[in-house]
Amino acid sequence: MLKIENLHAEIDGKKILNGLSLEVNAGEIHAIMGPNGAGKSTLAYVLGGRPGYEVTEGSVTFDGQDLLDLAPHERASAGMFLGFQYPVEIPGVSNVQFLREALNSQRKYRGEEPLSGGEFLKLAKEKAGLLKLDMEMLKRNVNVGFSGGEKKRAEMVQMGILDPQFAVLDETDSGLDIDALRTVGEGINSIMRTPEKSVLLITHYQRLLDYVKPDKVHVLAKGRIVTSGGPELALQLENEGYETVAA
Amino acid sequence: MTDQIDTKTMAEQPQMDQEARDAAKRLETYEFGFHSDIEQEFAPKGLNEDIVRFISAKKNEPQWMLDWRLKAFRLWQTMEEPDWAKVGYPEIDYQDAYYYAAPKQKETLKSLDEVDPEILSVYNKLGIPIAEQEVLAGVEGARKVAVDAVFDSVSVATTFREELKKAGVIFLSISEAIREYPDLVKKYLGKVVPQQDNFFATLNCAVFSDGTFVYIPEGVRCPMELSTYFRINAENTGQFERTLIVAEKGSYVSYLEGCTAPMRDENQLHAAVVELVAMENAEIKYSTVQNWYPGDSEGKGGIYNFVTKRGLCQGARSKISWTQVETGSAVTWKYPSCVLNGEDSVGEFYSVAVTNNRQQADTGTKMIHNGKGTRSTIISKGISAGRSDNTYRGLVRIGPNAENTRNFTQCDSLLLGDECGAHTVPYIEVKNPTAQIEHEATTSKISDDQLFYAMQRGLDEEQAVALIVNGFAKEVLKELPMEFAVEAQKLLAISLEGSVG
Ligand SMILES: Nc1ncnc2c1ncn2[C@@H]1O[C@H](COP(=O)(O)OP(=O)(O)O)[C@@H](O)[C@H]1O
Ligand SMILES: [Mg+2]
Repeated sequence: MLKIENLHAEIDGKKILNGLSLEVNAGEIHAIMGPNGAGKSTLAYVLGGRPGYEVTEGSVTFDGQDLLDLAPHERASAGMFLGFQYPVEIPGVSNVQFLREALNSQRKYRGEEPLSGGEFLKLAKEKAGLLKLDMEMLKRNVNVGFSGGEKKRAEMVQMGILDPQFAVLDETDSGLDIDALRTVGEGINSIMRTPEKSVLLITHYQRLLDYVKPDKVHVLAKGRIVTSGGPELALQLENEGYETVAA
Repeated sequence: MTDQIDTKTMAEQPQMDQEARDAAKRLETYEFGFHSDIEQEFAPKGLNEDIVRFISAKKNEPQWMLDWRLKAFRLWQTMEEPDWAKVGYPEIDYQDAYYYAAPKQKETLKSLDEVDPEILSVYNKLGIPIAEQEVLAGVEGARKVAVDAVFDSVSVATTFREELKKAGVIFLSISEAIREYPDLVKKYLGKVVPQQDNFFATLNCAVFSDGTFVYIPEGVRCPMELSTYFRINAENTGQFERTLIVAEKGSYVSYLEGCTAPMRDENQLHAAVVELVAMENAEIKYSTVQNWYPGDSEGKGGIYNFVTKRGLCQGARSKISWTQVETGSAVTWKYPSCVLNGEDSVGEFYSVAVTNNRQQADTGTKMIHNGKGTRSTIISKGISAGRSDNTYRGLVRIGPNAENTRNFTQCDSLLLGDECGAHTVPYIEVKNPTAQIEHEATTSKISDDQLFYAMQRGLDEEQAVALIVNGFAKEVLKELPMEFAVEAQKLLAISLEGSVG
């Protein structure tokens, strides 16, 4: 489903990704771990098409099409979702308004009919319930005044509503307490654990992987994948640290 | 800054109807001079007492009205054009403009094909029906259709008039009101904005073309929102518009002015005056959406909009609320104000001003607290893009006898890009120590984080900008009547197209 080959990317002329290759098939969940500053968020942004993140070499194909050729909103409409490490506040815009506009914009791009207000609210209610987020929160402005944990849960509600093919979740587990971690883990499984969908899970901790079992684990260091393995690699990393494993 | 706009003088506007020019030309050379010949459709170029007499005569005005105009004209001749606003434009030659032209003067087009495609694309984005587009663009023969389109049907218009009449509400053009309700007009005209108030207001007093008069009797809640939209058939009132609204004790009215579609207008100089009077426990809500032609991307050909709007809260517990969405005009000079005389009266000003390309806006409000316990709220949202300049200029004055007054002011500026300017100029004068005054101001740039976040969820760049800007302006937009708010949102999006990226 997603094939990254020899990806080189830079920000402001500073090289961050250095020949990163990775393939994720439909139905798979891959975890990416790695030290701070390794380039994990950069990878997520490059996949999302964030302006300023310049790809200098390599390719990314998504569902057979050249992902790098698409504008950010086109990637989103094609089914690429980014769960942000730091979800962004949009004052004066309610979650409901934001997500309905976003969803209908994606649907329009795909040639689908827009959802009516009623249909949308029904969908939003269902997904909010899944993540144990009060519907009242969705009537509030996007991420404004949300706690760290609420922001991450709201991020997953957004994912549920937009129903992507592929999700890159950037440290969705950080800032969550034990109960929220379980809720979010179960939410990810229920939204994304299907034979057609895939997830790239960026995390520092084994604990999320207890809920969301990865098919593969990769270590990203200095802008490339240095080691890959099965779920046991995550356990090994937790015990021994990146220094030894990634060396 | 004066070199920013290279605009031809009004008389050189290419749109000016040839017929009008020829007619005016003939009058200019009329050997007996120009004497209130009311058979003529056009006043010649320039401004003098005869022109003022001509305008008054064309409107069948009583002597007192003519005298009032002449007095204003004489005053105006002694006045200087103000230059303190942060706007620059080439010097206006007031003798090189036309001050009266019958409606026919408006250039007619054969069909929408002749309309600037840019304007048409805006009409389409706003979802304006074709028939209505034709009226706005001034297509020949469109009038009748349009009345229907605007009113839905003529019968709706009639129902509308009858319902107002039943409630005792007077809603007329000011010319009609001068003839039909002279005592009311005489009593209030120029009482809120005195003739000598400022250069542009004084000019308006002398030459005002037409406008609206509204009178809400005691205890009446106006049964519908009054809109100039309903008076679209009152032609050619745009240039020197004059509006007077009087709300008697315990009455309420909501008035909507303007139109979201960019109106074509060959008159470059606009100088309107709006006066509001609210008696005891009365409330006037005045909402404006202004989207006059801002000129091209270099600022050429846009409207200069010099407006004086003032409301007088005469009675105790009266309330006047101004809400404005300003997206048009090349130059905007406008400070809708409230004079709070009545005890516990309330003044509000909610404003969104958008400038793009070479537009310049210097806008804000004055809250004059004279009565005890008076309160005012000012929420101003300035959005600047392109190479535009956007200034908030506001005065809060607390008079010596105004005990226990309060003001809250919030001025937020949002910048799109690096070449635009945002300025906040608050003046605060406090002559009574019991006043509580709060002022907050912020300036921010539209953030890359927000844009990318919204785009990652599926919005294209323009949608993302529109969403963020609408969120920024939300506090003001929510003050607009529902149907206006939806149009205003679309308008903000359209005004900012192409301003990012
Ligand atoms: N906007 C930026 N400008 C310059 N350097 C940046 C920018 N964003 C990130 N970096 C640098 O890129 C490297 C990788 O960052 P990031 O992808 O956020 O790492 P991770 O998510 O793995 O912690 C870091 O050295 C960081 O300082
Ligand atoms: Mg990171």
